[in-house]
Amino acid sequence: MKILITGISGTLARGVAYRLTRRGHQVIGIDRRPWPDVPEGVEMHQADIRKRPAEDVFRISRPDALIHMATVTHFTTETEERYRINLGGTRKLFEYCHEYGVKQAIFVGRHTVYGATPDSPLYHTEDEPPLAGAAFKELADLVAADLYAGSALWRWPELNTAVLRLCYFLGPSRGGTLAGFLSKSKVPLVLGFDPLYQLMHEWDAEEAITLAVERQLRGVFNVAGPPPVPLSTVCEATGKRAVRFPEPLYPSVLGRFGFPYLPPSAIAHVKYPIVIDNSAFVEATGFEPRYTAKQTMEGFRWN
Amino acid sequence: MSFLDDAQVRRNVDRLPIEFDDYGFDRFGLSKKTLIRAYSPMALMYRHYLKVTAFGLENVPAEGRAMVIANHSGGLGADAAMIFTSLLLNDAAPRLGQGMAEYFLTRSPFARPALSKLGHLTGLPEHGEQLLKDERLLVVFPEGARGAGKLYKDRYKLVSFGTGFMRLALKMNAPIIPCAFIGGEESFPQLFHIKWLAKLVGGPFVPVAPQLIYFPLPVACQVYYGSPMHFEGDGSEPDHVIRQYVDEVRHAMERLISIGLDARPQAFMFERMPGPEKERTR
Repeated sequence: MKILITGISGTLARGVAYRLTRRGHQVIGIDRRPWPDVPEGVEMHQADIRKRPAEDVFRISRPDALIHMATVTHFTTETEERYRINLGGTRKLFEYCHEYGVKQAIFVGRHTVYGATPDSPLYHTEDEPPLAGAAFKELADLVAADLYAGSALWRWPELNTAVLRLCYFLGPSRGGTLAGFLSKSKVPLVLGFDPLYQLMHEWDAEEAITLAVERQLRGVFNVAGPPPVPLSTVCEATGKRAVRFPEPLYPSVLGRFGFPYLPPSAIAHVKYPIVIDNSAFVEATGFEPRYTAKQTMEGFRWN
Repeated sequence: MSFLDDAQVRRNVDRLPIEFDDYGFDRFGLSKKTLIRAYSPMALMYRHYLKVTAFGLENVPAEGRAMVIANHSGGLGADAAMIFTSLLLNDAAPRLGQGMAEYFLTRSPFARPALSKLGHLTGLPEHGEQLLKDERLLVVFPEGARGAGKLYKDRYKLVSFGTGFMRLALKMNAPIIPCAFIGGEESFPQLFHIKWLAKLVGGPFVPVAPQLIYFPLPVACQVYYGSPMHFEGDGSEPDHVIRQYVDEVRHAMERLISIGLDARPQAFMFERMPGPEKERTR
């Protein structure tokens, strides 16, 4: 299969590219960022997904499948730019897929789109509406992109679309949202709260995305690995010191005194759990995580 | 330390039909360590302070999904705590009762993580379904907070029942075990409620009892478990059918309550009532 990966220079995307080439697929990549040591068998285009050169890749290379991983978060990008990339970019890519006869499109989204609220049930299923944008405006663009990608299912029924809502991952690349939160030696917790965190090994996440392409998945799927663990256990197992602050003081320590930065509205994610039910994905792909939560966290601690 | 690490509690927690991970948590965030720490003082209270006797524990299945439906009383939730303890201390087949917590508790700091580490999730129908699907034992108080807050003059009168538990039981095909707790009303006789304070703290009610502190009196209590009830259906029945089923459960509970009340020599009883196993050995 000829597979196009957008955002290929990202940590998870590189791993997916390696996996796919090893399994005999032809991989083409697009990213604004360079990938200097791009492996043999991967055709790399340094371009912006919203610009002409990206469309040229579709026109000339005619990929069979697209894995869309070129989304950005509030950690790196300003609001307006985020909407341009996450929503504008996603729209453009799906239009190209339709126009240039791509058969399979995978949108790699996040499980945080469900939102962290006190009264929501554990184990979100795919039919629940993603509510994150309401309380956490920095996620609204990703929620919209997730829903837009899902709308391709009725907009272009001939295109096999899959939306993956991936839980947090940890791995040797030390990339990703949760790794960012655990990047310093101290982790700020909200006093009196200890939510469940669902995480999987980076390699399992890569494998799940690879399986989604190979099995020609269609629909919206939660992707998770081992059962969740409390945040305090995550800190302990990864060798971080959990420091608890009363809620009113919490925003003022973020990004200061050796604590990682979070937008103040992210506080709900440190108080309440976001846990997803991955049974639909497991049934569709036969996915089985290779690493337990303990192996994943201790691996992250010592690598 | 034995106060926080009771031998019987530890032994029975290890025997629970629940899968725990490397860190001693289950998939809902239940913690083995917290169970032992919280149930150990509860066991002391169960044995020596409230001197609880449990009858009919053989009606609780050793494993598999089921719902214990109990009356609520005594304002503090001590009745619930003792029902949960009686299930865990049942050496023949220890079970963990998992309750459905009041919304206001699962929004509060400290209460939320404590409750979820003990297996009590927010009272949402989805949680009930998830737990039963995982073959757990659910404990439901269909009277809700209104039941816990009934005044001493209304003791042992069941207030109106919700119907959610019946729809859940039908949908998930779970047997219902009626349960009566006797002694809760005497251990914390509620004289009146302070309404403005309840509004201020956002809780359902703030009761006042003669002991003036929020701790039960050392009245001997009893728990009665009735035989399991099975109902036909899938949970989509019209309301009047569900009501009828709920009334059957209600009647079973009323029967258990009257048996329990008749069995006591007096209301304020400070001696333990002999249990079924003691009668057998003597």
